[in-house]
Amino acid sequence: MTESLLDIRGISKSFGALKASDDVSLDLKQGEIHALIGPNGAGKSTLIAQIAGSLRPDSGEVWLEGRNVTHHDTVARANAGLGRTFQISSLAMEDTVLQNAVLGALGARHRVPGVWRPVMRDSDLRATAIEALREVGLEEFAHFRTADLSHGQRRQLEVAVALTLRPHVFLMDEPMAGLGAEGSAILVEFLRNLKSRAPILLVEHDMDAVFQLADRISVLVYGRIIATGSPDEIRANREVREAYLGEEDEE
Amino acid sequence: MRRETLINTVLTLGLLAVPLAAWAMDEPYTITLATKVVILALAGVGLNLALGLGGLVSLGHAMFFGIGGYAAGILASHAQSYDPIMEWPFLIEGTQSMPVIWLLAIVVSALVALATGALSLRTSGVYFIMITLAFGQMFYYFTISWPAYGGEDGLSIYVRDRFPGLNTLDPMHFFGLCFALLMLGLFIVARISRSGFGLALNAARQNEARVRAVGIEPYRLRLIAFVISGAITGLAGALYADLNRFVSPVMFSWQTSGEIMIFVILGGVARLFGPVAGAALFIILEEVLGGVSDYWHIYLGALLLIVVLFARGGLIGLLAGRNGGGGHD
Ligand SMILES: Nc1ncnc2c1ncn2[C@@H]1O[C@H](COP(=O)(O)OP(=O)(O)O)[C@@H](O)[C@H]1O
Ligand SMILES: [Mg+2]
Repeated sequence: MTESLLDIRGISKSFGALKASDDVSLDLKQGEIHALIGPNGAGKSTLIAQIAGSLRPDSGEVWLEGRNVTHHDTVARANAGLGRTFQISSLAMEDTVLQNAVLGALGARHRVPGVWRPVMRDSDLRATAIEALREVGLEEFAHFRTADLSHGQRRQLEVAVALTLRPHVFLMDEPMAGLGAEGSAILVEFLRNLKSRAPILLVEHDMDAVFQLADRISVLVYGRIIATGSPDEIRANREVREAYLGEEDEE
Repeated sequence: MRRETLINTVLTLGLLAVPLAAWAMDEPYTITLATKVVILALAGVGLNLALGLGGLVSLGHAMFFGIGGYAAGILASHAQSYDPIMEWPFLIEGTQSMPVIWLLAIVVSALVALATGALSLRTSGVYFIMITLAFGQMFYYFTISWPAYGGEDGLSIYVRDRFPGLNTLDPMHFFGLCFALLMLGLFIVARISRSGFGLALNAARQNEARVRAVGIEPYRLRLIAFVISGAITGLAGALYADLNRFVSPVMFSWQTSGEIMIFVILGGVARLFGPVAGAALFIILEEVLGGVSDYWHIYLGALLLIVVLFARGGLIGLLAGRNGGGGHD
């Protein structure tokens, strides 16, 4: 038995001839940020989807806190403690920012929501929601319609909703995308503190952020993990430099 | 007061004022028309919970409207003929008591909604529309070919069913009863849409993946919504039977489903009072245009097209402006 909270064991997934995940194994330990990097189309989002349960792997297993959840759906995995943010913001756009956060807090209760009591007057839910919004710096925007938020603010709201779930494991797909330099810097600080609450599997394109934040990095290329190690090890890895970091420099 | 609240208040008062004025001027036909608006609005309030809040485009709500109607018709026919519905294993007799009829209409509609919803909610989009339509048509053809209760000819309720303490034969009394039930229905739907359930249901309409990711199963929310929705429309069907003192398979037809949907769309999808405004407008058009031309449905169609293309919030949206929807603060 390992101390891994999340354990991915030999996951493979093909779309026709394309191997989007090729025998991928990785794990996430208490208190760490494990970054998953790789060029566009490497299969990062596909892997996240299989961990979150929205996509079935062809083979392999997903273990969460010592339980095999391979055959559990998204809802069951969320209730088992998986908090996910989407690469493309996935929010109730007509609702207010606060309503989206309250929805998360409501989900964290693990029961079918009641049909009678006004939810926005539930002080526990509100407190959880507002606290999460405050943590990501969206408190002032609580009563904005989500559709009226900027792209970056929606990314922050994604993170806030994940916070309201009080998950045991965070899965974050490119949370910094489109945040701008300042926004990214704030989020980097925030995630650095967040990992003590629950470890984070972080998919990220922003290399500066990744090398600042990650305790471990795995590099995914064409669906395969070609290296896993500390930031220094990854930086020094020849194969990684050729396959990925080199390309990045040429862009 | 929010503008939409003001409009809702005006609508409610107008809906009360018309039959009162008609009563003072001794115009019972107008009272009957107002009662019809109230009952059809209630049917729409039921559908609006599924359609507006849940995004479930059901073309099968005539099913519940018809079940309510036949609950009234069948119970009343047995009471009229003193012929029990069944004697074994226990005796069940017909009744003309509205509360009993309503209860049966609600329970049977809810059960049928549970069964049909459990199957049809596994699909979405156009498949959901087609499956609900198909379920409705099954009931339609079943009642047509069921001679015990009048088949194609339907069933007559010779004397309107009774409610304790009221003279339901008095149009004003019957109007008041239906009006009270409409208000109750609106109150219930308003509460539901502000609840945690309503928040999650409405979010699932906008973004299913989001709701799943917070650990809530959209299917379950939609099924509950469909059941409550069907029960409310079923109750409206029972009242409609008593209004006309007649039920026929037409109540189950897809045209009926379409009309209920038209009330919701005309008045404003997901607006609490949308079905009230829509049903009122529909009946007014039917009376005014129907008097001018037999082809008034063409004008209705044109109006519907305008609403769908240019005024998504329907009549209420046009008057109250954007937002409102679920009514969360
Ligand atoms: N549902 C799908 N059907 C077919 N191909 C897909 C599907 N989802 C992703 N892919 C393909 O799988 C590869 C990996 O995609 P993705 O996981 O989104 O990459 P990344 O997130 O690393 O940029 C891409 O080539 C993409 O086109
Ligand atoms: Mg991606």
